Order: sequence, then C-alpha cells, then structure tokens
Amino acid sequence: MSLLDVRNLQTHFRTRGGVNRAVEGVSFHVDAGETLAIVGESGCGKSVTSMSIMRLLPENAARSAGEILLNGRNLLDLSEAQMRDVRGNEIGMIFQEPMTSLNPVLTVGAQVKETVALHQSIPSADVHDRALRMLELVGIPDAARRMTEYPHQLSGGMRQRIMIALALVCQPKLLIADEPTTALDVTIQAQILELLRDIQREQGTSIILITHDLGVVAEATDRTVVMYAGRKIEEAPTATLLAAPRHPYTQGLLAAVPRLGGDGSGRLAEIPGQVPDMRKPMTGCAFANRCAQATDFCRAHAPALERKAPGHIAACHLAEPEILA
Amino acid sequence: MLKLAFKRILMTVPVMFLVALLVFSLLYLAPGDPAVVFAGDQATPEQIEMTRQRMGLDQPFVQRFGTWLLNLAQGDLGTSLISNVPVAKLIGQRLEPTLSLTLLTLVWSALVAIPLAILAAWKRGSLIDRGVMLLGVAGFSIPIFVLAYILSYVFALELRWLPVQGYKPLSDGLWPWFRSLIMPAAALGAGYVALISRIGRTALVEIMQQDYIRTAKSKGANPRIVLFRHALKNAAVPISTVIGLGVGLLIGGAVVTETVFALPGVGRLTADAILRRDYPVIQGVVLLFSFSYMLINLAVDLLYPIFDPRIRY
Repeated sequence: MSLLDVRNLQTHFRTRGGVNRAVEGVSFHVDAGETLAIVGESGCGKSVTSMSIMRLLPENAARSAGEILLNGRNLLDLSEAQMRDVRGNEIGMIFQEPMTSLNPVLTVGAQVKETVALHQSIPSADVHDRALRMLELVGIPDAARRMTEYPHQLSGGMRQRIMIALALVCQPKLLIADEPTTALDVTIQAQILELLRDIQREQGTSIILITHDLGVVAEATDRTVVMYAGRKIEEAPTATLLAAPRHPYTQGLLAAVPRLGGDGSGRLAEIPGQVPDMRKPMTGCAFANRCAQATDFCRAHAPALERKAPGHIAACHLAEPEILA
Repeated sequence: MLKLAFKRILMTVPVMFLVALLVFSLLYLAPGDPAVVFAGDQATPEQIEMTRQRMGLDQPFVQRFGTWLLNLAQGDLGTSLISNVPVAKLIGQRLEPTLSLTLLTLVWSALVAIPLAILAAWKRGSLIDRGVMLLGVAGFSIPIFVLAYILSYVFALELRWLPVQGYKPLSDGLWPWFRSLIMPAAALGAGYVALISRIGRTALVEIMQQDYIRTAKSKGANPRIVLFRHALKNAAVPISTVIGLGVGLLIGGAVVTETVFALPGVGRLTADAILRRDYPVIQGVVLLFSFSYMLINLAVDLLYPIFDPRIRY
C-alpha cells in the first residue's frame, strides 16, 4: 500500500465568475521514502492539490471531493480536530517564501518548539532538546543561540532551514514542499535540496516536491506528475519523463528550459497561448488550443490517461504507445 | 537601547517648540481683542489703549512670543485675565476630574474594543462581525453630546440609577467617584471604542491572510493558538498606534463631556476660557493637551520594539 494515495481529487472554488475547477480529477500516489515531483505552470492546480491534501483551503470557498488516503485513512473524512493531529505530525509542509512564512514576532526556537508541543505531551525541557537537535540536524550553526533569535536576523537560506526544521521536527511520514527553493539563490537551492535528501535518507520521509523548475525535478525526484489546467496529463519516472516526454505540453516545458552549451542560435522556445479559463466547461483536450499538433478530434474529445510505456502514462491522442516486444 | 530611546525623546523638542509657536499665534490671529475683554464693558477707548499697553499687547509678535516662551520655560503659563489666578494653578485644580475621566475611558475602551476586534476578525463575515462593524459606525457617528444626553435621560432621569451631573473626587471614596464617571466615560468612549475595534479588526483580518498564519495552521495549531499566539502579537503595533492617536479624540471629547456632565475639569476650564476670551488660559490648556498627546504617542513609539523585534531605534 502506498503511503499516500490520492484518488480522483476534485477541488472547486466558488467565485463570483462561477465555479473554478482548480483541480479536476487528479490521482497519484506516493510510496514510502519516495520523492514525487508535481510540475506545471502557475495556476495549473499543483499548489491547490497540496493545500487540499493538508485541508488548508478556506472552507467556505473551496470544496474537495474524491479520496486522499494517508496510510489507508481518508483525510477528507476526518474532523477538523483529527486533521489538526495530522498536520505537522503526519504531514509536514514547507512553503516557497521563507521570508514571510515564519512569524516575525516569535523567536525561531519558539516556532520550532511549538510543533513539538502541539503534538506531544512531553516536559518543556524535552521539547527544547528536540527542537535544538532538529535545528542542528538541518544545519543551523550555533543552534542554541539561534533559537533565541527572530526570523529577520537570519538569511533566506537559514530561514528555509528553520521552516524545514519546524515541518519535520515531529518526524512526519510525508513532507509537502511547495516550491521550497524558488525564492533562494542557486547555491542555496542546491544546499536545501541536499538537506532534504539527507533527511529523507535518515528518516525515510516521503516527499512531494511541487515546482515549476525542471532542473530541481531532475536533480531531486524519483517520479514526476505533470499537471495542466487542473488535470494530470503525464506521469513517469523522472528520468524517463525528461528523456522521452510523451505529452506535447511536457515537451514544450522541456524545450523552454535554457541549456548551457546549446548552439546559442536563437531564442528559447515558449509555449504560445494561455491556460484555459477553468470556470468554463471544457470539451476536448485542455491543451488543444495551445498545441501545435492539435486536430479537430483533439478539440472534440478529451483524451484519457493511457499507458504509453512501462510506468509512463499520458493523456494525449497523438502520443502512440510504445510497441512492446 | 536606553540611549536610543533618549534620542527619540530629544526628537520631540523641536516638535514641542513648533506646537508652542502655533498655540501662541493661534490666539494672535483669532478674532476678538483681549484688551477689550480685560478692560470691561464700560471702558473708554483710552482705557482700552492703556490696558493694551499694560498687557504688552502693543509689542511686536516676536518679542511677545519670546517673553511668553521664556516664562513658559520657568513654568509660568501666565495669569488668567478673568480671575487673576496663575494659569498653572487653575489647571492644577482641574486636573483630577479630567485625568480620571480620560484614563477611565482609555482603559474601558481598550478592554472592550480589543476583544471586539478579535471576535469580529475571527468570525469574519458573520453576524457578529457585521454587528461590530455597525456598532463601530454608530459609535463614530453619534456626537458625544447627543449620546451624553440620551444616557443622562435614560439612566439618571428615568431609571435614577446614576447622578445626572457632577463629580465626586477620589477622596470621597472609590465607588462615588466611579459612579459619577460611568456616564461621562461611556459617552466619551463610544467613538474611541469604534475607532480601535475597526482598526484592530482590519489589522487582524489582514494578518490572518499572511503566510506565517498558513505555516502555523500547517503545524496543526488550533484556531485559538493561531489567533492569540500568532496573529494578535502582530496586531499589537497597529492597535497600540490607534490607541495613541485616538487620545486626540479623547481630549477633544473631554471638553464636550465635561461641559454636559458639569465635571469641574480642564475641559470645562477650556470651554469657559474660550467663551470669555481668557487667552492665557486657552494657551495653557491647549499647550497641556498638545504635550500630553505627544507624550502618549512617544510612549507608544517606545513600546513598539517590545511588540515587534524588527523595530529598533
């Protein structure tokens, strides 16, 4: 059984302009100790998916349906109080902006300790020790002194380490990292990714890494889910996906990545057009209006996810399955 | 830290000078001739001219201002034109009711407004929230004297629970003192409560949308912890700021409130002095009001670093 099994997740927002189908029938799973990448452009539903798993979307505006099974238990069936026991304890989460994701008026020590205190009834001295060890684990130098400092006294990379510490101090089985390196310098990015890998190796944490940066995907993940317009359109082991993408959208994303040592002959390829309005009903393939190869058939019939190669599925009429010998 | 606080205090000196200049010239520009007032109704033009010379009113502005400032520095606010009593003494006699009224109002307003702001922000969009907002608009729109007369009518004249007017000094005992201030403090505080709760609610609502609130929720914190531990401390700066700035409202309101409820405070002194063109008294009280307002906001400024570690002087 997978650690996390998301089945046909639908998250819709009620807006003034109608219902926004931000996530429309997405399924994927995360195995123990695995790192899954979810990639896509802004607005493709990847962050909404992660917030749906945590059930942190505003309840009056957002509705989630489907199943989110964590160790077989459907998170969508839990009460809010039960869900609070899951957050921070069974699933940890880190965010894109280490500058604004930490509370400016609380010391970093207090913020790491809080996660422990929320989930474990242990003496405060033990809480302090746990937090201190965690800060040392994430590579905060002089951690005991740093605990008494405030977020603004730390660099961006340090703050993201603090975020990782407060998300992982209770040793959750799953970490959701929403663009964890996007706001950081490239050198710091590499350090943070390496830190996540180290902790994963030590604690066996599974990671969902949400990003639009294919360099990060290549460097740090086992398997990749590509999302477009609230749908999963392709999934494959990361190496396979990057070497032989089957969906024209994924191919477009890869072509848009700048490469060192390219022939330097021209501009980066870009995918023309815009993401469709998710408040309008959609017929046919969601990507058809931006796809160079789209046919009338594509525009009329929504493609289903099909197995195109071992472990490789894509939703495209044009991607022929590999002929297996 | 102490040294920096001292620097911040020193910065208020030029402001105080400007305030003094403004207060002094305000009277200079205001209509009405103090010499006419002082000389009395029956005075001939010659007598008025003599009075003017005796009072130094014929001297140039800068000279008069200099003399006034010099006296001020020695604690001499001048002498009342009407009663011939030193202004400082007049104010001193009237200080207790005004201090009692404003401090009591400040305390009850903050104690009511902050929980209202929290409640409204927490239950945002609910009936409670709308109720608080409505109360806010009402509290801010009803003039103090109207509210004062309504309260007086209901609780003093009809129900006879509270005295209609008058002030009982603290030396008469805590309860009589408090009883004489209930209605004045209620009337004076309505607008202040409205101001603090509205600003506080807005600040909290904005804070509740910050990334660090999402972080707190993602750790499994319950709404109570999110609100009180993570949001409220961040709202301390805007809330204390509006409490400080709102003191201006209290000072202005005290003049009206004391007049309606016949409290023998500085506010009444002000109203009487204005009616009689007793300009040294007017200058004295306006100066006192300005300085207290500045001092309170200085104190708020000095509190900021305690609320928010990012602020350093």
